[in-house]
Amino acid sequence: MGLLLEQLLNGVQLGVTLFLLAAGLTLVFGIMGVINLAHGSLYMIGAYAAAVTAAATGSALLALLAGLAAAGVTGMAIEFLVLRRLYARDHLDQVLATFGLILFFNEAMVLLFGRQPLFVNVPEALRGTLRVLPGVDYPVFRLLIIALGLLVALGLYILIQRTRIGMLVRAGATHREMVRALGVDVRMLYTLIFGLGALLAGLAGVMAGPILSVQPQMGEQILITTFVVVVIGGIGSVRGALFGAVLVGVVDTLLRAYVPGLLRQVMEGSEADALGAGLASMGVYLLMALVLLVKPRGLFPAHA
Amino acid sequence: MRRAWRDERLWAVLLLALAALVPVVAPMLGSPATVGLATRIVIYGLAASSLHLILGGAGLVSFGHAAFFGLGGYAVGILYAHHVSGEPFLGFIPGSNDLLVTMPAAILAGGIGAAIIGALSLRTAGVQFIMITLAFAQMLYFLFVSLKAYGGDDGLAIRRVVPVLGMNLRDPATLYWICLGLLALWLFLMDRIRRSRFGRILAGVRQGERRMAAIGVRTYPYKLAAFTIAGMGAAMAGALMVNYLRFVSPDMMHWTKSGELMVMVILGGLGTLLGPVVGAAALVSLEYTLSGLTEHWQFVLGPILLLVVLFARGGILGGLRRLAGRPAEHEAQPLPPGELPSGGTAPERAAHG
Repeated sequence: MGLLLEQLLNGVQLGVTLFLLAAGLTLVFGIMGVINLAHGSLYMIGAYAAAVTAAATGSALLALLAGLAAAGVTGMAIEFLVLRRLYARDHLDQVLATFGLILFFNEAMVLLFGRQPLFVNVPEALRGTLRVLPGVDYPVFRLLIIALGLLVALGLYILIQRTRIGMLVRAGATHREMVRALGVDVRMLYTLIFGLGALLAGLAGVMAGPILSVQPQMGEQILITTFVVVVIGGIGSVRGALFGAVLVGVVDTLLRAYVPGLLRQVMEGSEADALGAGLASMGVYLLMALVLLVKPRGLFPAHA
Repeated sequence: MRRAWRDERLWAVLLLALAALVPVVAPMLGSPATVGLATRIVIYGLAASSLHLILGGAGLVSFGHAAFFGLGGYAVGILYAHHVSGEPFLGFIPGSNDLLVTMPAAILAGGIGAAIIGALSLRTAGVQFIMITLAFAQMLYFLFVSLKAYGGDDGLAIRRVVPVLGMNLRDPATLYWICLGLLALWLFLMDRIRRSRFGRILAGVRQGERRMAAIGVRTYPYKLAAFTIAGMGAAMAGALMVNYLRFVSPDMMHWTKSGELMVMVILGGLGTLLGPVVGAAALVSLEYTLSGLTEHWQFVLGPILLLVVLFARGGILGGLRRLAGRPAEHEAQPLPPGELPSGGTAPERAAHG
């Protein structure tokens, strides 16, 4: 029971990280109609900037700020220099251009910091564990990630449902042409949303640093899972992104935790582990295929 | 006579004839390694051309084409592994190391895989189609990574392939000519398809699927047929690649491989017969040259791709056509009234459709 709860919390924590990435991606998808494969690179850049700053200064706060700033600035630069020219193009051009960006950013990180992964320590104050239930201790840092992620979700909800910018975002997601025709500075709105998405991706990267290792290509690994989240949740829907992220995070974590053990009862140990890991990795894609076959536009389509 | 030069088929025949001379000329120039490079170009050209059938032909952006490339490769690898061990595959299919057996098996595997994945994926469209094809390819990738019986992450090595009709596959020149011959056959098939009713329906799907439905064509079976044929072509290329490398690994179906195939198609130019092959030649030689110059060649390749997408629309062949003073076929096709160019409308269509 304790183990299951721990795995569930791990799943929610992964889900929250996925949500931070998916929120930006789904807004950019839904409002600008752009597929940005380089979203994972922003996550990677945030993680690298935070890791390097933490190693140099030892301050967790500075590391957080550096990660956010690096991701935000890179994101704005990408929007300004590249994506702005691709809004009117078809998906194929967008996929290819941002594929080129991924190659560039990954290799840039190798050039700057080498191929060896960087390891980041959990900040001193957050190193302990907390008793969530009698007999179940859970690391404070991971709990903080969950809390922060849920806070961001709440903040986004308020921003999108209660503010003028949010109103434009919602309008842009459903009737882009109309918003433009009514005289809204769509370019400004686009840059703003892209910057917000980049900040969230950077935040996810900063928080993932101490849990995973910081290395080139960390971006794509999570990017493809994020796409799964966005498609399951429904493109353009932040609510769908939150729901999809937690669903994918929990399903993925539970499969990874339990499938090898189940297989080991019918197969040999090492082979069961390998096959189990593979089947667990396939799980979320299978989930996405099932969702798309039943509801081709995701669980919470924004353009209903 | 002038008209004849405008026919792309003539150029294709000329280019293939020239390419056939590579193994003769390369040793004379003192660079026998060129044959290996040319073999890779021909194989990737075949794979890219198969992707072009759905991407350029029907406008279906499949982001999982490497799955079929890898399936073809694994068909060869798995049959070889069973040939060595002597145990039949699945208990009743005997192993083989003969290309005359493994190649049809690879094409069959690719065709079945593509028919299943296509049947499910084609129920969606737009971004969802891109993502679901990517998802299926990832599923296959992780499946083969986890199959320890067939090497898992490390892949399978293939040795001692028997001669095909007296031709020694271990000889680089012979293998190259076999690959080139199959590419020629494939391009002939592509040309026939493009000029057939089937090809015109695919073009109609690309230009405006709703219009095709309106004139009473059920597009789904045509799209599925194209998807399946494309999967078979990719599997054929994969089988050749495994014979060339004598090695198969899950890397063949990694999503970056799908991306590379798309890059080849775009680099060469959409809507042309030779475009994918030219694009494959450009990308493979670019990678080869850059990786000879620096270990960090992707640092240079990435921005080059970006610049090509941003500024060189129509790819290499498009550029050549413009130099020759003719618009590329894609641009030249007149759009009917009321139909916006496919560029900006795709997201809209997804939004309101």
